[in-house]
Amino acid sequence: MAIFANDTAPNDAFTTVTGVPGHAYRGPRGKDRRSGGRRIGSHVFLIILAIYFIVPIWWLFVAATKDTAGLFGSPAFWFDGNFAFFSNVAELFTHQGGIYWRWLANSFLYAFAGGIGATILAILAGYGFAKYRFRGRNGVFGVILGSVMVPLTALVIPTFMLLSQYGIINTPWAVILPSLLSPFGVYLMRVYTQDAVPDEMLEAARIDGAGEIRTFFQVALPMLKPAIVTVLLLSVVGTWNNFFLPLAVLTDPQLLPVTVGLNRWTALSNAGAGGEQVWNLITSGSFISVIPLVLSFLFLQRYWQGGLAIGSIK
Amino acid sequence: MTTHASTAPGVAAGAASADVRQPRRPRGSRLERRRQRWGWLFVTPFLVVFALFLVFPLFYAFGMSLFTSTLATGTTFTGIENYVKAFSDPLFMEGLLRVAAFAIVMIPAQLAVALAAALVLDSLTSWLSKLSRLLIFVPYAIPVVIGALMWSFLYSPKFGPSATIFSAVGLPTPDFLASDTVFGSLVNIVTWQWSGYYMVVIYAALRSIDPSIYEAARIDGANGWQTASRIKLPMISSSMVMVITFALIGTLQFFTEPVVLRNIAQGAIDAAYTPNMYAYSLAFSYSQFNYASAIAFSLGALVFAGSYLFLFLTRKQSGLK
Repeated sequence: MAIFANDTAPNDAFTTVTGVPGHAYRGPRGKDRRSGGRRIGSHVFLIILAIYFIVPIWWLFVAATKDTAGLFGSPAFWFDGNFAFFSNVAELFTHQGGIYWRWLANSFLYAFAGGIGATILAILAGYGFAKYRFRGRNGVFGVILGSVMVPLTALVIPTFMLLSQYGIINTPWAVILPSLLSPFGVYLMRVYTQDAVPDEMLEAARIDGAGEIRTFFQVALPMLKPAIVTVLLLSVVGTWNNFFLPLAVLTDPQLLPVTVGLNRWTALSNAGAGGEQVWNLITSGSFISVIPLVLSFLFLQRYWQGGLAIGSIK
Repeated sequence: MTTHASTAPGVAAGAASADVRQPRRPRGSRLERRRQRWGWLFVTPFLVVFALFLVFPLFYAFGMSLFTSTLATGTTFTGIENYVKAFSDPLFMEGLLRVAAFAIVMIPAQLAVALAAALVLDSLTSWLSKLSRLLIFVPYAIPVVIGALMWSFLYSPKFGPSATIFSAVGLPTPDFLASDTVFGSLVNIVTWQWSGYYMVVIYAALRSIDPSIYEAARIDGANGWQTASRIKLPMISSSMVMVITFALIGTLQFFTEPVVLRNIAQGAIDAAYTPNMYAYSLAFSYSQFNYASAIAFSLGALVFAGSYLFLFLTRKQSGLK
């Protein structure tokens, strides 16, 4: 904070904008707004922050290229002479019958099935709440909005007990079905639909003879794309991240997602004897498992940067 | 918005026909009924999931919590006994106090980092600032388990760089996993993982402010600091309230990070470190499902009440009613 206070103190930067024609509106956002000194301070602050946020990831990248001896014996933030990434990957294919790849595939299955399902339900419900006036609408929506504040982890133990009564504990469904629940997604979709889809357009489509389903698919849905991508990202990330639920409802090692699996390896490596210590597999496995999500965030920047703020801006 | 403009004729037609239709009651109400049905059709799939995986488990947990089962007597109805036990159980109460302490330290820490970063980013347009924005956000894309695993390696005296770094400057190496330091170590992990996400939300809110307001403030003689504290902050208060609410709900159900760190810090983190961990170990290590339900339900109720109270107190800032 101190850096920041220093950084914005001088106000002479603003004076440079005055008198520049055509900058009356966008001016303060433009380049003219900032002059030399404060920019350097701001950039130093940002670089320090960026280093803090990126260094652990750099460490993971470096660690993924080392074998166990290298992990213990070489500098933490730089490569070992022995580049072991590919032999680690090969070992991931052989250790416990290549179960790591099974975990990774499970994570994909749970995240996409749960995330896509939750998104579809949220789109439909958000549209229903935003564009139809039906009896009980406000009451039901109020309950859903309130449920955003119910901590989902408080539901894990009762969900476990319920699912074990229905006999679907220890199956993929035990993770996927509860992941379909996304009250916050419904809230986001409702807020977004209300603003982005004008009632008049729906009315016009109906007058042109389109049924309710066609109106939804052909008129409303294309206008909801940014919100759909955001809700999809949030729910896929949510399911991909989930730890408590799969930890509770899955015991079969073949069904675990990669998060629970790697945590299990870590617990064994910490507790166990030499044969169970697979530190090099934990680091390279962790590194491989973060690549898909990091890449999708990089490629989908355009969408999430604005989308994540939906519902928070008045 | 452009699509809206391009369909202006359609809009006009729609509006006109609505005007004509209004007075004719009988036809309108049939249409009304049809619309009502469609509204319910659209929301029903979600409501089914909502009922099955939120409403029902909540009632089920509450129901379970009213019974006690022992090997000797079987399952008996014991009313609120489990709740009396929970709120006089030192393990549960210590856990509650601990997550409250986490909330008091962790939320301001995350918010300070996120807000400072967002305000600085909002004032810059260089490629370096765009890159930093991305780098600060990246930890959000990393699963919490993996993030906690990475930090536990970095904290570890065996693998971590701390020994090298601290001995280089002639200081004794701190133990990040001792019982008095593990609190700070956990705060660091959470701040690292979530600040970027909050930063993006706050940043987007800042970008939505009409810059002509800054112009007006400048003419009135406001400096950068005053613009930030008197204009930007109040104008993004609804986003701030949302971010704090999420952080609060997340912190009170603290689970994943301490569970992962416990792998290497069993002395500092016990099985009842947070209420969620306590409920988990009661259920899965001791099979005390009734008592675990009481703990989970109490935690849920407290989190709900806490965030509701927070939203109520800040209703003026957030614009919620």
